[in-house]
Amino acid sequence: MILVWFLAILIGGGLLAWVASRWNRELPRWIALAASSANLILLLAFAASAPAGEAGKPGLWLAEFNTPWIPSFGVHFHLAIDGLSLLLLGLTFFVGALAALVSWTQIREQVGFYYFNLLWILAGITGVFMALDLFLFYFFWEVMLVPMYFLIGIWGHENRVYAAFKFFLFTQASGLLMFLAILALYFIHGQNTGSYTFDYSELLGTELSGTAATWLMLGFLAAFLVKLPAVPFHSWLPDAHTQAPTAGSVVLAGLLLKTGAYGILRFAIPLFPEAARQFAPVAMALGAISIIYGAKLAFAQNNLKRLVAYTSVSHMGFVLLGAFAFNVIAYQGVVMQLLAHGISTSALFIITGYIQERLHTRDISQMGGLWKAMPGMGAVALLFAMASLGLPGLGNFVAEFLALLGAWQAAPLWAAVAALGLIFSSAYALWMVQRALHGPPPEKATLPRLNVREWLVMGSMVGLIFWLGLYPGPILNSADGPIRTILAPASTETGPPEMDEEQGLLLPEHENTTKTTKLD
Amino acid sequence: MLEILWLIPAIPLAGFFLLSVMGGLFSRKAIAWVGAGSIGLSALLAILVGIQFFSAPPAGYVFRQSLWSWIEAGEFASPIALHLDPLSLIFVLVVTVVGFLIHLYSVEFMEEDEGYRRFFAYMNLFVGAMLILVLADSLILLYLGWEGVGLGSYLLIGFWYQDPSNGYAARKAFIITRVGDTAMALGLFLLFTSFGTLDIPAITIAAPQTWSPGGQRATLAALLLLGGALGKSAQLPLQTWLPDAMAGPTPVSALIHAATMVTAGVYLIARMHAIFELAPAVMALIAAIGAATLLLSGFSALTQSDIKRVLAYSTISQIGYMFLALGLGAWSAAIFHFFTHAFFKALLFLGAGAVIMAMQDEHDMFKMGGLRKKMPVTFWTFTAGAASLAALPLVTAGFYSKDQILWYAWAGENGSPWLWAAGALGALITAAYTARMVILTFFGEAKREPDRKPGVLITIPLVVLAVLALGSGFIELPHNMGEVQLFSGWLSHSLPSVAIKEGLGAGEFTFQLAASVLVLGGLFLGYLFYLRRPELATATKRSFAGLHRLWFHGWGFNWLYDQLFVRPFEWLSAVNRRDFIDYFYTTIARANRGLYPLLSRTQSGRLRWYAFGIGLGAVIIITIIALS
Repeated sequence: MILVWFLAILIGGGLLAWVASRWNRELPRWIALAASSANLILLLAFAASAPAGEAGKPGLWLAEFNTPWIPSFGVHFHLAIDGLSLLLLGLTFFVGALAALVSWTQIREQVGFYYFNLLWILAGITGVFMALDLFLFYFFWEVMLVPMYFLIGIWGHENRVYAAFKFFLFTQASGLLMFLAILALYFIHGQNTGSYTFDYSELLGTELSGTAATWLMLGFLAAFLVKLPAVPFHSWLPDAHTQAPTAGSVVLAGLLLKTGAYGILRFAIPLFPEAARQFAPVAMALGAISIIYGAKLAFAQNNLKRLVAYTSVSHMGFVLLGAFAFNVIAYQGVVMQLLAHGISTSALFIITGYIQERLHTRDISQMGGLWKAMPGMGAVALLFAMASLGLPGLGNFVAEFLALLGAWQAAPLWAAVAALGLIFSSAYALWMVQRALHGPPPEKATLPRLNVREWLVMGSMVGLIFWLGLYPGPILNSADGPIRTILAPASTETGPPEMDEEQGLLLPEHENTTKTTKLD
Repeated sequence: MLEILWLIPAIPLAGFFLLSVMGGLFSRKAIAWVGAGSIGLSALLAILVGIQFFSAPPAGYVFRQSLWSWIEAGEFASPIALHLDPLSLIFVLVVTVVGFLIHLYSVEFMEEDEGYRRFFAYMNLFVGAMLILVLADSLILLYLGWEGVGLGSYLLIGFWYQDPSNGYAARKAFIITRVGDTAMALGLFLLFTSFGTLDIPAITIAAPQTWSPGGQRATLAALLLLGGALGKSAQLPLQTWLPDAMAGPTPVSALIHAATMVTAGVYLIARMHAIFELAPAVMALIAAIGAATLLLSGFSALTQSDIKRVLAYSTISQIGYMFLALGLGAWSAAIFHFFTHAFFKALLFLGAGAVIMAMQDEHDMFKMGGLRKKMPVTFWTFTAGAASLAALPLVTAGFYSKDQILWYAWAGENGSPWLWAAGALGALITAAYTARMVILTFFGEAKREPDRKPGVLITIPLVVLAVLALGSGFIELPHNMGEVQLFSGWLSHSLPSVAIKEGLGAGEFTFQLAASVLVLGGLFLGYLFYLRRPELATATKRSFAGLHRLWFHGWGFNWLYDQLFVRPFEWLSAVNRRDFIDYFYTTIARANRGLYPLLSRTQSGRLRWYAFGIGLGAVIIITIIALS
């Protein structure tokens, strides 16, 4: 039931925020903050109450909710979370709260509608991380999209309409391909077994011919690779990030991109294990290319936001590289990267927002010497630039190290190419620090220092990035079981004896089916 | 007692934390106390631990302290654990003691700097990272320290950030060393794939059992690790960042770019000797790189006019000696040279700093001169360091450590006359540029008046380091001069000793004599060219102008790398700033927009057009059906 609450709080909060703006312009932001924080607290309480080590057990749903939605088509309102979704939900609610906090004074127009959109995006993302019915998953996938379109198109910067439209077209076109693949899978499974259902666990073992599996997987991947994004499907991202308001960029980079990665891990690979394995060389190559190409483009940018946006392309390349390496080490790296990138890139966008509020520009060539004017913010910016280039001790290092180490086991060559990204990332990160923070101080030598709210946001992110870097144990534990479950179908092909060993993994599926039949 | 080990790196890091988070509330005095005090405390603990370790060594001469579990993912598991053995103990002692002296010196040296607190915060961070590097039990923790010192170095080179050229030097240092670091990271991946662990002791045991000597994997692993070492230790071909790194405050140069960080590569190779011993080809390469580096940068040092750049090139050159020794398998000789070098090079930099401070920030030696009488303490201590650098026979520590390397270059089982010749020629050059530097700075006529005298806090470190630069060599004396082997005996618990070739005709003494003659010859050349007959120097410079320019600019490596890497990369970024992939999508969009008016024209509202359209469509469909 708690899973429904997560959604209800966000959806209800969104509506409430919209309505509340009629009475008081300051109420909506408080409602948005309260809704995200309430979810975060609920989630933490839930995680704390779960028996120790439970989160790490393979193939076990920590919480589940299942009720028929459109029975005639076999559509269920089926939500469930495991250790992986747990982590991503934690990230969602945390970043959601930050997004509310950074919009605090930045958003002055249509405040109610703004926070309504913000909370509904969060609801869509939350749904994506929990949905276990493919129809429901697609539904939430679309729910994320529309409010985001508004967020960019209404509250964005000068070229916002173009960016919002581009974002919408890319996501919608690729999402459509995924929907076709979902439908095809639905019919093939129905013809094979006679039961027409969108249920994830039932579709898992669908027998497909090699070509069919490949095409369907490509349909799913189309949506996920655009969202991730991977080169060459990335070109919506710099525009969307650059034009979105700060909170929009934060949610885009911190959360929305993660849904692409989550889709690959939860759907594309487990549903089509064989096809995914065959596709691995291409995917790993795309990952490595994204790392290098994104970093190179980041280096060339003059718009600070655009620069940070391209670093996302580079960082998410590690996710693609690791996800198709098919081993536990790489997958742990991927999960760590989702969290670490979610925090570090959000932080860089927020810092850009702070600078914009003070200097009224995002043009890096008009900055310089900001360290002198705002030493505290300078130190934090430096820290996250270091996180971005993968400095050990910070979360991104653990992520990139594990992803590369795992990738090396699968394809040393691509791992080596990807490792060149370590050099390129130091080039853009240090060049950014040089142009924004160092150099002669600006004419306006005194800028307003960060206030308490801004420090609260930064402080929590600094704490988290160190935590991820120095004591990632709890995260790795929580992701361990789900990772093994994802990898299980792929590794069972090695022989029947292993399958017996991992029989336990299939247990929850049986549970699900029984439950489903009962509810039917 | 050994349990306090973790405090040694933790205290400097705590100092960094305190200064960076709460330092704004501190007075300058409090900042100095925290900044220098933390390193002092750390040094004190290191000495206590050292005494304990020396008097009652733990089993196997290894003390391991596990702190917490760090990364556990699948088969990969690495705790944060410290590893103390004779090798790391020597590094810990040098880093903390020399580090403390330099911090003490900085309290006075940086007195008037605006960024006092930032300076000590960075310095503490650096020392903490360096201590983690040398105490790490696993390669991944070592890598953490490794990158941490890289960060410290970057921050301190670019300490005066308002000048963009300092920022350039800092970035250059970071990125060039990162090239090496990336190779090293790949080396770690390879080692993990082969041994299933990054635990250093475990790899040391497993490597000889799993890999055969000269095998492909061993060679590749050694090469990749070597890449990391070359970057950090500024050896060919990744040496270009070090001379520019002198942009930082002088104590930084003393601590990071002379005494400690740049020897991290030496430490890495010694620490991973088990891998390198399995790759004889790589060992030969290391020796060759060491020999080439020590000569090339020695020649460059001869031509510099900036006193700090002389010292920078001399540092590259001296580390070249250490690499030469490593390549010969003379592990303890390399570490011994690191040990003495840390003292005399820190001393020389600090002395140079005192001079520069007194000369109103003048770096050019040709604008100094005659300081001998005006700054006697600085002069005498600087000369002590210079003598040690030049390896003045018998009385200096540098003599004993360099002599050992030269001896193994000839007599060690991997030695060769060529390597010896390179080292011996290097000794001559070293003596020559050292004499040149001392003479230009302290002798001759005064071209500028010093305007301040070094105070107590600057003098104490100079004197202490001078004593160490002269005296620290006596713990290890050659066979024919008393044969004291405290140092190598101590290290033999961590590192194998080197075998001597059999049937050597000439005795050790002949080589010592030859080396001594070369050193004295070098000193004499310096004396002749710069004090006795300065017109000789200008004449030589004029007749070899091209060569002089080549040497002065470090053999043109900067230019080469600019053409090969930097320019193409910048060009590519500039050309593709707008991402050509995006053109593909915008072209689709534009094509659609172009088609739209075309199609919309068909919506003319005229009935006959629509009837025509319907009729045409029907005809086409019927034709298709009929034909198929």
